[in-house]
Amino acid sequence: MRLQAVDVKLGYGDRLIVDGLDLGIETGTVTTIIGPNGCGKSTLLRALGRLLKPLSGHVLLDGRHIHRMPSREVAKILGVLPQAPAAPEGLTVADLVARGRHPHQAWYRQWSAGDEAAVEDALRMTGLLDLAERPLDELSGGQRQRAWISMALAQGTDLLLLDEPTTFLDLAHQIDVLQLVSRLRDEAGRTVVMVLHDLNLAARHSDRLIAMRDGRVVAAGTPHEVMTEPVLDEVFDLEAKVIPDPVTATPLVVPIAIRPRPTETSTPR
Amino acid sequence: MTAAAIERRPLRHLRARRLTILSALAVAVMVAVVLSLMVGARPVPPADVWQALWSPSGSEPDLIVRDLRVPRTALGVLAGLALGVAGALMQGHTRNPLADPGLLGVTQGAAFAMVLSIVVLRLSSVYGYIWFGLAGALIASAAVFALGLAGGRGAPTPVTLALAGTAVSAFLYALTSTVVLLDQQAMDMFRFWQAGSIAGRDSAVAGQVLPFVAVGLALALANAPGLNALALGEDVARALGRNIALTRFLGIAAITLLTGAAVAACGSLAFIGLIVPHLARALAGPDHRWLLPYSGLAGAALLPAADVAGRVVAHPGELEAGVVLALLGAPFFVALVRRTRSPRL
Repeated sequence: MRLQAVDVKLGYGDRLIVDGLDLGIETGTVTTIIGPNGCGKSTLLRALGRLLKPLSGHVLLDGRHIHRMPSREVAKILGVLPQAPAAPEGLTVADLVARGRHPHQAWYRQWSAGDEAAVEDALRMTGLLDLAERPLDELSGGQRQRAWISMALAQGTDLLLLDEPTTFLDLAHQIDVLQLVSRLRDEAGRTVVMVLHDLNLAARHSDRLIAMRDGRVVAAGTPHEVMTEPVLDEVFDLEAKVIPDPVTATPLVVPIAIRPRPTETSTPR
Repeated sequence: MTAAAIERRPLRHLRARRLTILSALAVAVMVAVVLSLMVGARPVPPADVWQALWSPSGSEPDLIVRDLRVPRTALGVLAGLALGVAGALMQGHTRNPLADPGLLGVTQGAAFAMVLSIVVLRLSSVYGYIWFGLAGALIASAAVFALGLAGGRGAPTPVTLALAGTAVSAFLYALTSTVVLLDQQAMDMFRFWQAGSIAGRDSAVAGQVLPFVAVGLALALANAPGLNALALGEDVARALGRNIALTRFLGIAAITLLTGAAVAACGSLAFIGLIVPHLARALAGPDHRWLLPYSGLAGAALLPAADVAGRVVAHPGELEAGVVLALLGAPFFVALVRRTRSPRL
């Protein structure tokens, strides 16, 4: 396990969102964090990507405290794509992807053959070679999201954290992005951690799931272990039937109704 | 999406195009410099300019060129360069196309310190109060940075910086207004300063501001890659291994040095720092490694050119460069605002 969280408390200001959480990410797998809005999954992902400093506890990357490592060194091992990033007007796909090489550059060496090759590989992997010279704002939502993932790929990191990479995309583009994630694992051997909202797509495209509620992990394991009727009830207050996906045999959630909870038992302080 | 196949240009091609534009801008600066040496109440033909520069004989054209036109041209190039780069930095850091280099209180800080130096120390030479102008610019900028820091978490955000800058500027402007109402000499200096001009400066002034501009330019160029990362948002910049606070601090230091030096020497010319980056962005696109040099050269061409225009339109008198820039810049700015697609940074 190259990426671990040890007893992390996370929050903004005096608002505590995650109160003491332990987590390990299996290398070479796709791990997806699921849970209701505001459960702390994006906060956890930001902490794993050292964008948010834990109030206590620590995040370990290759056994070292990630917040004590030079940020540039982390950036060569771990890539993070935040939710709904925005680019300046007129930026081309090639320019955006080239900016992923940032951690590998210095003021005396702005561009190398290695950078060129990494950018071209990233564009090819995401199928954007033909669109490389197009401005980002002329692309469709799905193409734009692929361009951002391409930038994170050009960074050349073994680990990749994606915060809701399918938000605002239609179903076909969602599947397009998730197939790309699977290929990153299979062909490039990358470890991917992402946050998704669609449970069925999460079950289908992930090796491991982490289900969260109110800042704690309710269940973690394979989709078969996590995507069960009792877990869905506990995490989403959702009454559902889980059946095998007729195509992939992964769990398929058929929602029935929201179960009203008599009292809130576990609100974070 | 369109089916038209876009030919993928090799990066080398793009680089050649960018170098060509860079050379064209350098030529524009040279043309402005030559015109600035030739044109005026007493026109000097090119041959006489050449002679005045390299083998002066003490003739009248020699004196005009060497003592009057060389200093104001040098100052115009330096201040234009400084304000062009500072404007591009400011718009990049705030991601606001309407930001000018004076946004962090630098201009008002310089104005107040200079006015104060006149009232308190009775300084009469421009040479003397430039130092006070620079000091005022630095102090105002530091105050704004500290206020911006206090308002946010960790690194100051563009919003806290802009708010702090506006507040500090308004406060300093109120102080300056109070002082100049009470003191005639300060009022005279302030009126001239506020119009913005590169004329009538001692030949030593350009030399005085040169070190500040040089350090400011070096910091600005070092800031370009960081600014490119920040343009993708703070989270992405951090993910790419950037230290946000350091990048912001470098940028603000560069803006302060460049703007402080320019406005202390030439007065309130920050408007050039607002319009020039837009011209440069149209040529360079969003890459700050090219945008900053383009913007600097465009400023270095535009300010002496505006100064020359001021000598021509009011012949045999003169119109201050700052006034010409505002007159020419206002319509340009209206066109910018009316552009159908608002520029997003």
